[in-house]
Amino acid sequence: MNLEQQHKTPIVTALQAVHAQRIVPFDVPGHKHGKGNPELTRLLGEQCLRLDVNSMKPLDNLCHPVSVIREAEELAAEAFGAAAAYFMVNGTTSSVQAMILSVCKKGEKIILPRNVHRSVINALVLNGAVPVYINPQLNRRLGISLGMSLDDVRAAILANPEAKAILVNNPTYYGICSNLAAIARLAHDHGMLLLVDEAHGTHLSFGENLPLSAMAADADLAAVSMHKSGGSLTQSSLLLCGPRINADYVRQVINLTQTTSGSYLLLASLDLSRKTLALNGREIFARVTELARYAREEINQIGDYYAYGAELIDHDTVFDFDTTKLAVNTLEMGLAGIEVYSLLRDEYDIQIEFGDIGNILAYLSMGDRIQDLERLVSALSEIRRRFRRDRADMLDTEYINPQVVMSPQEAFYAPKRALALADCAGQVCSEFVMSYPPGIPILAPGEAITEEIIRTIVYSKAKGCQLTGTEDPDVTHINVIAR
Amino acid sequence: MELWFSEKHTPHVKLSIQVDRQLYSAQSEFQRIDVFESQEFGRMLILDGFLMLTEKDEFIYHEMLAHVPLAVNPEIRRVLVIGAGDGGVVRELTRYPSIESIDLVEIDQMVIEASRTYLPFTAGRLDDPRVTIHIQDGLKFVRRYEGHYDLIVVDSTDPFGPGEGLFTREFYGNCYKALNADGILVNQHESPFYDVDAIAMQRAHKRIVESFQISRVYQAHIPTYPSGHWLFGFASNRFHPVQDLKAREWKKLGIETRYYNTNLHRGAFALPNYVQHLLEDVEHVDLG
Repeated sequence: MNLEQQHKTPIVTALQAVHAQRIVPFDVPGHKHGKGNPELTRLLGEQCLRLDVNSMKPLDNLCHPVSVIREAEELAAEAFGAAAAYFMVNGTTSSVQAMILSVCKKGEKIILPRNVHRSVINALVLNGAVPVYINPQLNRRLGISLGMSLDDVRAAILANPEAKAILVNNPTYYGICSNLAAIARLAHDHGMLLLVDEAHGTHLSFGENLPLSAMAADADLAAVSMHKSGGSLTQSSLLLCGPRINADYVRQVINLTQTTSGSYLLLASLDLSRKTLALNGREIFARVTELARYAREEINQIGDYYAYGAELIDHDTVFDFDTTKLAVNTLEMGLAGIEVYSLLRDEYDIQIEFGDIGNILAYLSMGDRIQDLERLVSALSEIRRRFRRDRADMLDTEYINPQVVMSPQEAFYAPKRALALADCAGQVCSEFVMSYPPGIPILAPGEAITEEIIRTIVYSKAKGCQLTGTEDPDVTHINVIAR
Repeated sequence: MELWFSEKHTPHVKLSIQVDRQLYSAQSEFQRIDVFESQEFGRMLILDGFLMLTEKDEFIYHEMLAHVPLAVNPEIRRVLVIGAGDGGVVRELTRYPSIESIDLVEIDQMVIEASRTYLPFTAGRLDDPRVTIHIQDGLKFVRRYEGHYDLIVVDSTDPFGPGEGLFTREFYGNCYKALNADGILVNQHESPFYDVDAIAMQRAHKRIVESFQISRVYQAHIPTYPSGHWLFGFASNRFHPVQDLKAREWKKLGIETRYYNTNLHRGAFALPNYVQHLLEDVEHVDLG
């Protein structure tokens, strides 16, 4: 990486130049540098509204970049060690969808673990590709899905030699990493592409002593949530391409669904964040790693909590562990993760990323201070003192092996009817049911509904998880395929 | 030449004190630290632009934090002081021969150093053999103790700087745990007068009420603090600050004070109606 070049921020520089020219706007947006919406200007600040402009000659166009956006994307590609990079403004969901829409089409197979983000299966609804699920191994003590075992991937490839691609989520929300380099070799040896949902791994390309990033592992496409560990604005994201990919075709696919009014606030935040990561990423993530290490140590001293780390590594389903992640298992305290999540927010004014049945995840980043971590640790200690109880009634998380009856697209568009949750066993689901976050589906369109799944849904609701995805906002009914 | 230090007490009100000269200015890991010499108030310690103490009126604040709990429980032996790197509270506490140990926990080493050099009137007793200084986040320090202290004094800065962790429920909960069954917590409780301060005051009160059986608020007049009207909190599971006052015993100690006396002690817990209402608004909570 040419560090001299990485000091540049082409989009930001162009925006500042346009700003300095005091151009008279007879184009959109209609708020005209904020003058037309004074209340919004007061809320967000004048500077923010002034930078909220539309594509114009000096600012390039996201749909067909030829100047400053192109240059900024090339700098990002270099920073991440990719052959090409795209600035995305519809969230990492759009990056994930662009990956899938770029490599397979209706009726074609794609191999993936079931614990993917909903955006992955949404893409299958859009293009009609058929998922081949690999059962990710489960850590029963923690109740979390692990990475993909190389043997399982090999078996899936041999059983489905016509599949077009393999998708891996790496690292997972909890920090679990798979053997990406080996999976990449395996995929390429069998003529398949490797796609990586790297939403939780922006930092892997910049920090030291962290798991291998997708591009470094020779993956073909990677979706990177710059707004998570990268520090850019919410909804901004990157799609990275390796050398085997026709980058111009990917651009066409992106343009199928991406807005033609890309926000320059988001683009500028991507441009600046890439610069920061390239120039200071090493120090930034060394600090985050140290904060996470400290927090794990302190939390593990409280008792009953288990803040897990690199000791989980088994060189197979936990090939590596992202030590910037701070996930804590709460089951020994007799409290579900979601209950601790709610207590932290309601009793202690601390908002964490999510709580699931057995774990909480506190998101640590470049913006954290040690004194805020002290609050988190102290609050967890207090929650143990005040709310600890017998763990007898805790449900153990089981991996539910999905039975794919039809493709997600076929199921989503099939004639359907709403059925009370309790009566759904034996039916085929036509929509998603998921607990959000982490946004990993309990049910996806086209999957059979079992008693076990119904039990999980009822339990999650009772523990206070926010269930989403169904047409029925209260999730008392589920849409099933009409027969 | 006229040099003035100004602090905004609200966006629309400020207090200005003429400064003779600046003695010290530094940026620590946590905050900016300034010491000024002034005609009217003597030396002044400023953190992040907020006046923490002046030579002229610091005695009021420090006496009210230290003597109120000790007149209620003269048996206090082990004391934890959080914040207070200027040493003012420690100075008052060291006047009690009965106190065996004082742990002073200050997050910012540079506050202690600046105080030792420029504020000898408050920092003068930091070298008392009973005093142990811990440079640490108070929240972290207190979490490790259970049933250990007879008294915890929270001398925090305002809740928007490095001291913000000392206004939280987890902190007061941890204090509760660190105190023994007879333990007392006193804290600086902000001011009831201006809206922003009053909200911070109510939040702190709510957090303490949630953690202790008895929680009362007392007041003092401190000329250089916003509005001049300042509150302190007294919390315990055993002692009532007025009913359990041991006035005769305290007087026998013969400690000379400039502000505190046992009559004032009783009176300080009699609050204006509007303050009582602010407190009552947040007192009706479920003790979890």
